[in-house]
Amino acid sequence: MNVVVCVKQIPDPAVPGELNPDHTLKREGKLILDESDSYGVEMALQLRDAAGEGEVILVSMVPNQEVSGLRQALAMGADRAILVSDDALHGADALTTAKVLARCVERAGAVDLVLAATESTDGYTGTVPAQIAELLGWPSLTFAKHVELADGKAQIQRQTEAGYDDVVAPLPAVVSVTAGVVEPRYPSFKGIMAAKNKPVDQVTTADLGLGPDDLAPRQRIVNVAAAPARQAGEKIEDDGTAHERIVAFLEELKVV
Amino acid sequence: MKIWIFAEAEGDAPSTATLELCTKARELADTVECVYAGSNADALAGPLGEYGVTTLYAADVGDRLVGVVGAAAIAALVDEHRPDIILFAQTYDGRDAIARLSARLDRPVLTNGSSLTVDGDTVKVGTAIFGGNTLVDAVFEGPKPYLAAIRPKSFSAEPAGGGAAAVVPVSGLELGRAGEATVLARHVEEREGPKLEEASIVVSGGRGLGSAEAYEQLVEPLAKLLGGASGASRAIVDAGWVPYSKQVGQTGKTVKPKVYIALGISGATQHMVGMKGSDHIIAVNKDGEAPIFSVADLGIVGDVHKVVPKLLEALQARG
Repeated sequence: MNVVVCVKQIPDPAVPGELNPDHTLKREGKLILDESDSYGVEMALQLRDAAGEGEVILVSMVPNQEVSGLRQALAMGADRAILVSDDALHGADALTTAKVLARCVERAGAVDLVLAATESTDGYTGTVPAQIAELLGWPSLTFAKHVELADGKAQIQRQTEAGYDDVVAPLPAVVSVTAGVVEPRYPSFKGIMAAKNKPVDQVTTADLGLGPDDLAPRQRIVNVAAAPARQAGEKIEDDGTAHERIVAFLEELKVV
Repeated sequence: MKIWIFAEAEGDAPSTATLELCTKARELADTVECVYAGSNADALAGPLGEYGVTTLYAADVGDRLVGVVGAAAIAALVDEHRPDIILFAQTYDGRDAIARLSARLDRPVLTNGSSLTVDGDTVKVGTAIFGGNTLVDAVFEGPKPYLAAIRPKSFSAEPAGGGAAAVVPVSGLELGRAGEATVLARHVEEREGPKLEEASIVVSGGRGLGSAEAYEQLVEPLAKLLGGASGASRAIVDAGWVPYSKQVGQTGKTVKPKVYIALGISGATQHMVGMKGSDHIIAVNKDGEAPIFSVADLGIVGDVHKVVPKLLEALQARG
């Protein structure tokens, strides 16, 4: 069972986000593993271990050489990584990202399954998994809150507006998983030490056979503005009677 | 200007998000048409016509995925009909469809849109980022059609009073291996009271509740008492306390009720995106520094386990 996991290294979401003068997201400094991706990594490890053979291969792209987020996922137990690091990817849109990652999947060798989060925490375009599937010509099972593999098929519970659907597809396939699908493990000390020596195949877009025409952004940010701020209103400490203030507020709004 | 909308159904009617897109498209384009993947297209033709749609291209979906069939149907039709813009609702199926179509046509996407403007050939999509603090406008470059996904509740839905749309069946679609994914069963999670997206009062709970039991004892009774719907932050959905269908936020539903009551919700950016547009916000949280208080019209710094039981009692006493 060879599983590729798409992972993104992002600026720490706990730190307020900033934009560059060209309106792209600032990504200088240390990047961390997007927490949304830790679920896919965990699921891949469980599937590999249940199969008793195979590899978990991470694929990722960054505009700089950053690997610290990848090392987090390697420390959890992934076997190796392919990292596309290329200035040409600065400001890459979702389809370009999907093209790059699809090429990485092909580079990874014989792959049974590609896992990804439903969207990244920083950009959240939310289309990359199904775009990768279309580029590879594979089925995609998206928004999975539960995943099972058996008899060469993946079956998931796919989140819907009203509940969920049971959906099945033969492998190889792309599956996007929601947060909470499994409980990600914390890297052990041994895992952290081992991660330092795991292979990270650093490639450029040219190595993947992608040229400037494939990567040229076809959308442009023309304006950035602060959203009209919502004013904070009245704030009170509960002294045991705060519920009365809520009732009065609801009365003012004529909802009770 | 011709705008296409990827229409979605709720039961035998167009979804509210679809009608919102139709209303907006009518304002921007001379021709508004829909592409639909599903069953019973004839039932949708009437309501869509009332919202200004003249043609409904319909593909039968069977047990295949709506997004896969929808993308294939649009791909099969675009060369002949040449829409300038194709709009999708930011829903699960809408996201599948726009993603597949994007790769198939080699066109970029703009998603999570909350506004859409057209100025000559320039099509601009506005998106809120950083939890809604910052608004970003982006334009498409390169060849049409332009593909955009818009968050539900971004526009109002208003009928214009037109005759039923003409239904044009689409068949013989090339699905490739994507068509090997099949739906085995559909599960609808039971719900009492109004729909979360449509309720005029929403009571949501977060991690500050401490347990799934507290959600059942505090959030649900309050929602019921006020005739509203119950919602949740991502944290407690991920923790498995409540189903995904209750999630409010970036990855969940967008709500704009008259009153939003946040109980034990700190106000992560992920959550705020989905509820900041509410008319009035009441928050109860132990942590006085919680970001939720920066958007609350009435903020109570206190323990939900103390405040809410008294609130329930007071409201019940009023009868």
